[in-house]
Amino acid sequence: MNVFLIAQATPTPTADSWTDAMIDIAYLASAFLFIYGLKWLRSPKTARKGNALAAAGMLLAVVATFFAADPGALLWAIAAMIVGGGIGAIHAARVQMTQMPQMVALFNGFGGLASTFVVVGEWIKINVSDGAPRNDALAMIGLSALIGCVTFSGSLIAAGKLQGVVSGAPVRIPGQVFINGAALLISIALIVALVVTGGAGWTIAALIALALVFGVTLTLPIGGADMPVMVSLLNSYSGLAAAAAGFVVDYNKALIVSGALVGASGLILTAIMCKAMNRSLANVLFAGVGGADSTGDSGTTIEGRTAKSADADDVAILLDSAQRVMIVPGYGMAVAQAQHAVRELADELKKRGVTVVFGVHPVAGRMPGHMNVLLAEANVPYEQLLDLDQANAEIESCDAAMVIGANDVVNPAARTDKSSPIYGMPIIDVDKAGVCFVLKRSLGAGYAGVQNDLFFADRTLMVFGDAKQTLQNVIAALIEL
Amino acid sequence: MNELLIVSLFVFALALMVGSEIIQKVPQTLHTPLMSGSNAISGITIVGAIALATIQHAAGENGLPWWARGVALAAIVFAMINVVGGFLVTDRMLKMFRKR
Repeated sequence: MNVFLIAQATPTPTADSWTDAMIDIAYLASAFLFIYGLKWLRSPKTARKGNALAAAGMLLAVVATFFAADPGALLWAIAAMIVGGGIGAIHAARVQMTQMPQMVALFNGFGGLASTFVVVGEWIKINVSDGAPRNDALAMIGLSALIGCVTFSGSLIAAGKLQGVVSGAPVRIPGQVFINGAALLISIALIVALVVTGGAGWTIAALIALALVFGVTLTLPIGGADMPVMVSLLNSYSGLAAAAAGFVVDYNKALIVSGALVGASGLILTAIMCKAMNRSLANVLFAGVGGADSTGDSGTTIEGRTAKSADADDVAILLDSAQRVMIVPGYGMAVAQAQHAVRELADELKKRGVTVVFGVHPVAGRMPGHMNVLLAEANVPYEQLLDLDQANAEIESCDAAMVIGANDVVNPAARTDKSSPIYGMPIIDVDKAGVCFVLKRSLGAGYAGVQNDLFFADRTLMVFGDAKQTLQNVIAALIEL
Repeated sequence: MNELLIVSLFVFALALMVGSEIIQKVPQTLHTPLMSGSNAISGITIVGAIALATIQHAAGENGLPWWARGVALAAIVFAMINVVGGFLVTDRMLKMFRKR
């Protein structure tokens, strides 16, 4: 059935109401597909099908839109789709797993940019046509442009920080709370101006410029390890920008519903992250916590305290005689790309009758679920990945715990030291295991910039060096035993 | 206030509620694919971009100048990167989660 014939058969220049109704029904169907697709993400068994379902929903929505299209312009649109699709596909196929957080942030930014372009195009259309523009359309144009641009520039900065091209340390801008507050107020004022002037060009241009800067000032002060929160929030924003754009493009239900789904999803994830750190969102966004990722060699003594250290042979001996071992990964494992070595060690231990589990803290790494993805890439079966509560329930029955490149998430000061920036954050209680190995490059401070008492505890042994190298040495020592 | 706006706001609010309900059940282990998957869905903007780029010329009014169609086409390119890249990356990640 040639669909273009149907479109041309009707003499009216715009799609008739029958077509519109069918398109709306298709949009409803794709909303169902998105909802069920996301629902199936609740288990690794169904998750992949869920993603495919959501993709099908997107395809349905896109194709449905073709039915109202001017055929000549449609060819251009399809050409643009091929270009964009090609770029997206190539990058998705080539990105390394450890760069996944940056890629997600970047794609997110592009989504925000796309929403901005759409509403700018709508603004142009309003400007060249006769008749008074709808006030709510203008307001939504402003809102979508604001959120879309903040998302775009903010996501670029986030991606830069994750990639390391932008400093991971929070760049404290003097008076940043005031600057961001002012930016928000002025943006709102500009949106009002946009409506009141019936769509004056300067208001939208100023709004876009301001919003781009605002995205930067909002994201720059946030340190690398707080990125999971920021990326979740930006994810939410891109959904809200799409929803706002939906109000402009003829109350497009596909955009409004899907945008809301994504907006809510991002906000919930952000709340989960904040709760896991026991810090409020305001604290994360504005308090400028954290320092640069630590490097450098400070030996076994720091500020007069000495930590006990061990080498790979010691570790191998102790692990061999253990019955149950918990591995606690952190950002350092990602940096050292040690996830495959970790899995090899786990396999080696299993051969010797040792049970191995992984304790994954919700904010370990730089992205929600970061550690899980890296370990999955290394073929660690997902039932071995325990979340915070499960890990703490089991830790006392573990003969050994092995902390790999994690710091704040195992710092006992969070339990007791009221003056510590991490006070109150739930941690993995590795100090309750029989013995605790900490694989780290040096005694340098972690992200929160505080010393970790765990390193100096009686039952803790530091194992200095690059994590991947250390793990490979331990495996070699185990084989020789 | 026009009725379409009110209904749309209603739909928006309901969708927000549905969204928060389903997301809460996703386990921590799948948070990264959740973020990249929901990010791909936010590329739904492409539907708005296509609608704008392919809007039909009504005689005499609401005709769209070529440069506005150009802006819409640019939006399509970026939104497609978001959509295709997002779903493919999510699939890559989910392929890795295997049972013993």
